[in-house]
Amino acid sequence: MGWKDAWLGNVKGDVLAGIVVALALIPEAIAFSIIAGVDPMVGLYASFVIAVVIAFVGGRPGMISGATGAMALLMIDLVAQHGLHYLLAATILTGILQIIFGLLKLAKYMKFIPRSVMVGFVNALAILIFTSQFQHFVDEGLEMYIMVVVALVIIYLLPFLTKVVPSPLVAIIVITIFALMTGSGVRTVGDMGALTKAFPTLLIPSIPLNFETLSIIFPYSIGLAVVGLVESLLTGAIVDDLTDTPSDKNVESRGQGIANIVTGFFGGMAGCAMIGQSVINVKSGGRGRLSSLISGIVLILLIVFLGDIVAQVPMAALVGVMFMVAIGTFDWNSIRTIRIVPVTDTIVMVVTVLTVVLTHDLAIGVLTGVILSAIFFVSKISRVKVKKIDKGSRVIYEFKGELFFASVTEVIQSFDYEIGNGQNVVLDLSESHLWDDSAVAAIDKIVLKFEEREVQVDIIGLNKSSSELIEKLSRKLSTH
Amino acid sequence: MFKKILLAWDGSEHSVRAANKAIEIATCTKDSEVVVVYVKDTDKSKSEVLQNWNSIEITSPKEERIKHIDKLAKESNIHYKVELLHGEPGQAIVEYANKHKFDVVVVGSRGLNALQEMVLGSVSHKIAKRANCPVMIVK
Repeated sequence: MGWKDAWLGNVKGDVLAGIVVALALIPEAIAFSIIAGVDPMVGLYASFVIAVVIAFVGGRPGMISGATGAMALLMIDLVAQHGLHYLLAATILTGILQIIFGLLKLAKYMKFIPRSVMVGFVNALAILIFTSQFQHFVDEGLEMYIMVVVALVIIYLLPFLTKVVPSPLVAIIVITIFALMTGSGVRTVGDMGALTKAFPTLLIPSIPLNFETLSIIFPYSIGLAVVGLVESLLTGAIVDDLTDTPSDKNVESRGQGIANIVTGFFGGMAGCAMIGQSVINVKSGGRGRLSSLISGIVLILLIVFLGDIVAQVPMAALVGVMFMVAIGTFDWNSIRTIRIVPVTDTIVMVVTVLTVVLTHDLAIGVLTGVILSAIFFVSKISRVKVKKIDKGSRVIYEFKGELFFASVTEVIQSFDYEIGNGQNVVLDLSESHLWDDSAVAAIDKIVLKFEEREVQVDIIGLNKSSSELIEKLSRKLSTH
Repeated sequence: MFKKILLAWDGSEHSVRAANKAIEIATCTKDSEVVVVYVKDTDKSKSEVLQNWNSIEITSPKEERIKHIDKLAKESNIHYKVELLHGEPGQAIVEYANKHKFDVVVVGSRGLNALQEMVLGSVSHKIAKRANCPVMIVK
């Protein structure tokens, strides 16, 4: 897609979709701010700035980015312990890290994150978004529960009647009108923090610029940078699939970085691409860069001009919307297919979910999942079979499998050195591969053991890379 | 007789049977064309991408899906093209069929997901009810 085409190729569809997305972004931006523990404006400014900046610098036209639950969940402790300005500084640092990731072309290494870890990632995210809503039920009465249920009924059943207006928006309007008419005392968005009816302004986070600050924000920033890119690239792949068009993942990484730097300087929290919003955008006809720009502009105009009304929205309505987001985020397919996927995959998925639920940190969850998958993989391929064949004057040992650090110990321990008098030994490695210094050391050790007993050893069937490795390393490792 | 033939395709067994019928119809009439329509359900894209996460760069699921019909159509030597639509399958096919004025729509009697059919109604039923042309539902 050319630059002009990306902007003006689909004006009508993009404008309409942008408006729909803006309406859907507002409740989420507010709810994610509340999860992070900051004023609703922080999330709203983030969604505005990110959507606008990404429209220009993103690598995936048709994708929507803004304040997200995954990122909000990572900020909770930082905000609670150090306050908003440290969050803004962490947001800027997150952006810088993501630009570096983009320049290093790290996007291609996303394939090293196994499928089961990605599934665990979205499932954990869904569970955390769901459970983060429970706090809003504290000290509330039956009214709250009824409102949430009514909101959910509207959200899920209205689409059967009409799809012209987004059903979550209708739910919010209906619940708000109901609350205002009955004079209900349930908490509203306004109770969660002030809604400033103003455009964001440029501000420098007021933090001491020293090593201590860096050591506080860096761990958060690295987690935010990784999680932001994982979710953005996953969303990018979904939009690729929906539109059957390719996208530039490295440009997207850089674009996410630029967007986060700008949002940090305008008082917004770190964000990333949003799966749900991007699907809504494509479904509503959005394809180009214009829809993201429109969604950001419409969002800020609505807040600036209708902020008073937004402040009246009961939390119950937002909780309903967040339940919908959680249900939509969860990969229900992973439950359906649990019987047919390998059991180790399921274990990795479940461990990833549990780690995230316990630590509230998606980055740690992904890391745990990747490490566990690697361990499973290593143990799966580290079974080496050694077959001993007696051929009169010679004894042939046939090695079958991968020889490397994880597999050699067992090979050495169970190696059968017993041979008859006057027999020679042949090590047949044609169905094996030597991968590292441990493999060479292991073969050396076997050869030496035989040579100590003055038995002649021949090695046959080495493939090219294995014999190069032996040439380089053999007999050089054991000399202390 | 039937010159513009729309075939609803989802890769299922039933759609293969429908494809064979569509090809039969096409071979009866000179200069006929089969338009194979495959609908991408926006609600399923996420699970599809997750399912294929580690092979995304190797084969796109789209190619996998249409490989079979490509082969069937090529073997039978008919004129055909493949179109990708978005949205809820029944609705998307009806809209496309009515907009492009097909002579006949050929669709399998059931799709891939029996449960969804029970809750939402079957795609073939929706098409039969709302398309403005003859609809052939293949058992």
